[in-house]
Amino acid sequence: MSSNDFNSTPITPELVKEHGLNEEEYKLVLEIMGREPNINELGIFSVMWSEHCSYKSSKKWLKTLPTKADWVIQGPGENAGVIDIGDGQAAVFKMESHNHPSFIEPYQGAATGVGGIMRDVFTMGARPVANLNALRFGEPDHPKTRHLLSGVVEGIGGYGNCMGVPTIGGETNFHASYNGNILVNAMTVGLADTDNIFYSAAAGIGNPVVYVGSKTGRDGIHGATMASAEFDDDSEEKRPTVQVGDPFTEKLLLEACLELMATDMIVAIQDMGAAGLTSSSFEMASKGGVGVELWLDKVPMREEGMTPYELMLSESQERMLMVLKPGCEDAAKAIFDKWELDFAVIGTLTDTKRMVLKWHGEVAGDLPIDPLAEASPEYDRPWEPTPKQDRIDPASLSGKMSHVDALKTLIASPDLASRRWIWEQYDHLVRGNTVIRPGGDAGVVRVEGTNKGLAATTDCTPRYVMADPVEGGKQAVAEAYRNLVATGAKPLAITDNMNFGNPERPRIMGQFVGACQGIGEACIALEFPVVSGNVSLYNETNGVGIMPTPAIGGVGLISDLGHHATIGLKRDDSALIMIGAATGELGQSLYLKTIEGREEGAPPPVDLGAEKRAGTVIHELIELGLVRTCHDIADGGLLVTVAEMCLAGNIGADVFLPESGSEIAWLFGEDQGRYVIATRDPDKVLNAASSANVAAAIIGQAGGDALSIDGDAKVTLSELRSLNEGWMPSFMAEAV
Amino acid sequence: MKSAVILFPGINRENDAIAALKQATGTEPAVVWHGDTELPKTDIIMVPGGFSYGDYLRCGAMAAKSPIMRAVAERAKQGVTILGVCNGFQILTEAGLLPGALMRNASLKFICKNTHLKIENTDTRFTNLYGAGDVVDYPVAHHDGNYFADSETLDRLEGEGRVVLRYCDVDGKVDPATNLNGSQRNIAGIINEAGNVLGMMPHPENAIDPMHGGTDGRNLFKSMVEAAS
Repeated sequence: MSSNDFNSTPITPELVKEHGLNEEEYKLVLEIMGREPNINELGIFSVMWSEHCSYKSSKKWLKTLPTKADWVIQGPGENAGVIDIGDGQAAVFKMESHNHPSFIEPYQGAATGVGGIMRDVFTMGARPVANLNALRFGEPDHPKTRHLLSGVVEGIGGYGNCMGVPTIGGETNFHASYNGNILVNAMTVGLADTDNIFYSAAAGIGNPVVYVGSKTGRDGIHGATMASAEFDDDSEEKRPTVQVGDPFTEKLLLEACLELMATDMIVAIQDMGAAGLTSSSFEMASKGGVGVELWLDKVPMREEGMTPYELMLSESQERMLMVLKPGCEDAAKAIFDKWELDFAVIGTLTDTKRMVLKWHGEVAGDLPIDPLAEASPEYDRPWEPTPKQDRIDPASLSGKMSHVDALKTLIASPDLASRRWIWEQYDHLVRGNTVIRPGGDAGVVRVEGTNKGLAATTDCTPRYVMADPVEGGKQAVAEAYRNLVATGAKPLAITDNMNFGNPERPRIMGQFVGACQGIGEACIALEFPVVSGNVSLYNETNGVGIMPTPAIGGVGLISDLGHHATIGLKRDDSALIMIGAATGELGQSLYLKTIEGREEGAPPPVDLGAEKRAGTVIHELIELGLVRTCHDIADGGLLVTVAEMCLAGNIGADVFLPESGSEIAWLFGEDQGRYVIATRDPDKVLNAASSANVAAAIIGQAGGDALSIDGDAKVTLSELRSLNEGWMPSFMAEAV
Repeated sequence: MKSAVILFPGINRENDAIAALKQATGTEPAVVWHGDTELPKTDIIMVPGGFSYGDYLRCGAMAAKSPIMRAVAERAKQGVTILGVCNGFQILTEAGLLPGALMRNASLKFICKNTHLKIENTDTRFTNLYGAGDVVDYPVAHHDGNYFADSETLDRLEGEGRVVLRYCDVDGKVDPATNLNGSQRNIAGIINEAGNVLGMMPHPENAIDPMHGGTDGRNLFKSMVEAAS
């Protein structure tokens, strides 16, 4: 298409279909426009109404999630969520997916995912201080897994390391359901002053609309549409729609934006992420109730011959759109000149509530803003609940392996092996504020210049969600809560990254609805609201969907870093105390999967009341300085948890067997709401738990250089360590 | 005691460098922009880590041609104490203030972890507060820390006691197994002929606070300050 034939391209039914709009939706387009759209306008409808931008299948259910608490400054709907952390400061955070691009081009897909989420955070006026991620790959022996894992990790490191933001945590799972559709979810936490937070609502008729950052190229056109469709064998051909990242430019953009934000020149600001200039300009105008006239020929362009269509749909990275106060253009431009970034006035705010696109003076598009941005389709898709599964009876186990052999097998399995190979490729120390490094329950960074700490974690157990979306949704939130508590943090709020299959299938939609219900219940019970999030649907390849994966990113506050806890046993620890009750839930456990080869059963139920009571008492014990060693019991159960504490502290332990009941269920059950605490003062801990109506019992003793069970069945720490640390490096070193 | 930190576009450990200099000198260091042509009066200059110019072309190559580097070279000649860490080391080699070059890690991967280092020469203005044969623990965080120089240069560096730090194990053993990134002769840090310019890949500025897990890096900064006062 040459630049001047946008009014002559015929809008055929095929072209409409190629733009991902169904007949119903196109009818609505004709109604809103009152005429046939031209190609530029069709392209804009296409991306604005894509699942990725419009949340048309998920909106109805997202609205049910709790989003409020006294400390919430900004909930969902802005670039990122904002919570008050006291002393005039706020934590700004969000998690976002970049699944489809990362499967097609793992390095760039993951890198630009990290770049995009950092932009979301610094757009709000926050300096990013921590990155995390949640990754899911196919089974280890799938031919693509090594290539994807190595590319994704390199991409995340390549971008985050260059930006100078420490990557302090994350999680990685392997499962066959991700063979054709990996998940790459990136989270950023930033710090801002509560009186200097920036929003996206445009205001001030006649104010200049300014473009800053990188030039616009042809990369990523229709990325949002791609993210809203299923994969098939031809998806590799979509490689050109994957954006290319330039972390150096983003670093400059970060510093330039923060420098400008320290002045009083910005009215509104929005990053150009999915659907680029289209999405950013419509959102800013819609939120502010104003119109915009854009002069597309003024947009800084990377290549010659670009058309209005391409400029509106490009997803070139490292760009921002802002509205400045009148007369500030020169002073603002001087800042961007200093950082050697493009700065162009590309439009003005109007009172028409319409988006008028000009191309060398000619009208290239003219659309109403609100109907496009606000009246996008919303579907109440049919859904079916997931049938419940039976609880696993320990008597059904073969029990073919000794406890110690089972532990050795589990701790060297792809699910539980150390992720050191991954996180040592991320700079987790830059800025000099990292207090708890990756490999613990949550990462912790000091709030610079204070003695407070921000704790952050990402969590989800997809096999639980698959078996029971409601319990699995609760569990994801509860585990994030627990991981924060275990460091001594008060859990404050979450971001959710909902990764699911094709919502047009009632069974998949039922997973989504169930997970939302579980997440909502947990958020209310734990006073842990959702402040930001992202939905990624159509995670399917050739009709096979992923396990439902509502990844939860949690953030909490440690009020005094002098009193925090880590998972490693310490020299003066003696008694091991389990907090929380166990009935021996083996359904969907890693023991059942890895040792018995069974992926089945009801997942462990989550008692939210007990969860809250346990979390509250542990938070108090750590805050008072009575506990310095704490680890939540998660994948693999009690024995794996103690083994991880031993390895982290390089101190052994003995775990006691129960007087009655199944030893396997005791050692390997994945009952929720539990922690292991190590202390030299067990009475204080037991008393505190008892007065808070929380179950607590001494379950072992710290010491020595081996892990044993009831004084017997020993495994040395050095053997455990080589099993736990060995799997991933040797797996990645094998030839593909 | 005055110090200065040079800031190039893409540098990202200036925060850490400033904290370490402030802790050691008691005063806030001056931050000097790469486009400036003059340095303030200063006793210590630090070129921090990061990704100057995105590491495009070659790590440190473009920063080495920045206007401010002429002034830094001039101060080097005058004997001012200059410390380049990580990307700062790469910049100093590219600027010709130190011999050799930093290549991609032998693993071809970015490495962020704590490592043991042997202080090979305690008779420098950067290390005189350490004891002979001390083994210290600093973190590294780099993709291109594999030190290379021809064997003639290496022999000369060794002969003149200019190899200041080497990668080793907890007992100070220096061998291929303790070579973190493939560096020639496990070299982690070297000084110039006059002894006033140190370049090193590890980050002593990230080992100055108990919260960092150790404070072995403090003595490096203290040594510089004492020598310069």
